[in-house]
Amino acid sequence: MTAAALPSAPSRLRHRWKQPSILPGFPLAMGWTLTWLGLIVVLPLTALILRPWELGLGGVWATLTEPRVLAALRLSFGAAALAALTNLPLGLLVAWTLTRYEFPGRRIVDAFVDLPFALPTAVAGIALTALYAPTGPLGAPLAAAGIQVAYTPIGIYLALMFIGLPFVVRTVQPVLQDLDREVEEAAQTLGATHLQRFGLVILPAVLPALISGFSLAFARAVGEYGSVIFIAGNMPLKSEIAPLLIVIKLEQYDYAGAAAVGLAMLVISFGALLAVNGLQFFLARRGRA
Amino acid sequence: MNPGVRLPGFAPLMLLGALTVLALLIVLPLGVVFQQALSQGFARYLEPLAHPDSLAAIRLTLLVAAISVPLNAVFGVAAAWAIARFEFRGKSLLVTFIDLPFSMSPVVSGLVWVLLFGAQGWFGPWLMENNVKIIFATSGLVLATVLVTLPFVARELIPLMQDQGADEEAAALTLGAGGWTTFRRVTLPNIRWALLYGVLLCNARAMGEFGAVSVVSGSIRGQTTTLPLHVEVLYNDYEFVGAFAAASILAGLGLVTLVLKSFLEWRHSGELSASRRH
Repeated sequence: MTAAALPSAPSRLRHRWKQPSILPGFPLAMGWTLTWLGLIVVLPLTALILRPWELGLGGVWATLTEPRVLAALRLSFGAAALAALTNLPLGLLVAWTLTRYEFPGRRIVDAFVDLPFALPTAVAGIALTALYAPTGPLGAPLAAAGIQVAYTPIGIYLALMFIGLPFVVRTVQPVLQDLDREVEEAAQTLGATHLQRFGLVILPAVLPALISGFSLAFARAVGEYGSVIFIAGNMPLKSEIAPLLIVIKLEQYDYAGAAAVGLAMLVISFGALLAVNGLQFFLARRGRA
Repeated sequence: MNPGVRLPGFAPLMLLGALTVLALLIVLPLGVVFQQALSQGFARYLEPLAHPDSLAAIRLTLLVAAISVPLNAVFGVAAAWAIARFEFRGKSLLVTFIDLPFSMSPVVSGLVWVLLFGAQGWFGPWLMENNVKIIFATSGLVLATVLVTLPFVARELIPLMQDQGADEEAAALTLGAGGWTTFRRVTLPNIRWALLYGVLLCNARAMGEFGAVSVVSGSIRGQTTTLPLHVEVLYNDYEFVGAFAAASILAGLGLVTLVLKSFLEWRHSGELSASRRH
């Protein structure tokens, strides 16, 4: 390993893509990793990237600007962003409670936070629908108050909140755990109010984690299918999510159209995540300056 | 020094708020599954579960998981060995590709296989000529499940093995142990709990996956419906008790997963990747 780092062999270093090691098994492990990734991820993704263009550039554009497709993309991304945003204060509250207070059953409550990860999405979907349907235990009083949740975009938003909450809690929790309690105490001794301590000490420290939690919850929610379709009502232009539109296009044997919507989702997601990463980078730099 | 001690009145309020959020958003939906499943008595609960279609769905779910999970476990170990034990260029790109399935919509993870192997897929005509069925068959379900669950084991093992470093393996090799012996006697014991943890999460997702398999399944009753798809079929037929009965099995699976996961985090926290130690 040290030999490769010697400056006397620059030409060899340039050509070597792997540093030497006494450990065996690299060709086998790497070969298997690349083969499996190639077959399971790269080959299928290549199909997703190439197939939309069978329609030609104009055809892809026409597909993506269909009012139904535009409405579905807007709904999927909008509801996902809104749900992830709502999860920030809720997730912070839950993470705060779990890290700062000792109460009986804390471990069990902590474990339950991960339930949306462990509960199959179709189960969550029919359960949320049963709860919030106009005849359901929560839906009935809400309907009486004039709010219909199930079979409207509000239902979609709710399902996406369910799916996203653990992402926010689990990214914020370790940061709160490691947060130096002395800084807060110092702020308090110096006469800071609750609000000042929260806004000036705690929030800046957990902000990067909150942003990561947001992007994880958002990324998951954009593509979410199982927990949403039962409660969504699936009315074209109103409560039809983008993944459902892919399924519908496939059922009509419009492979290229389905691939176009799938590719658009992937590209927009990447753009959004890049923007979030950029924001995080900006905050980190400002924090250091 | 607990802030709650110094701020009477404030802490209980926060606690109440957090518990309300969790109860409304997470516990209530879980409770509804069992309440609905048992709403017409225990006999009526068991009846749809004993139906041949339900039993076939359970068998298929177990089969798909039994194929997909070991494949991705082997992949996870191989990827972790390559990534955490060697230095090479393009490593972060490789890790990005491993994580990629996590940021894909489940529906897209199913769609890509249809684009390859469906009737109008790239290999569709060839498959048809040779009478091989992938889409609307078990192999399609396995492919979709493998894609969706690909990162789980690798994601647990890579950070752990990077933390542990290669010193112990290097020592064993220097003392004359062979490669496989070193892996079996040194590496495997060091990573076994993290491996189990990854397999647990991978399995939960494999058995519960809905979106990806629904695209490739065609939902042929008793043939290509896994248990989550069976839930949908029953639900859309307005067989609500049956749908919730099937869902209750999946919810039970989720609960068992949570218990085992918490147990591993509690009992073997030192042997899991750092993000799991709490």
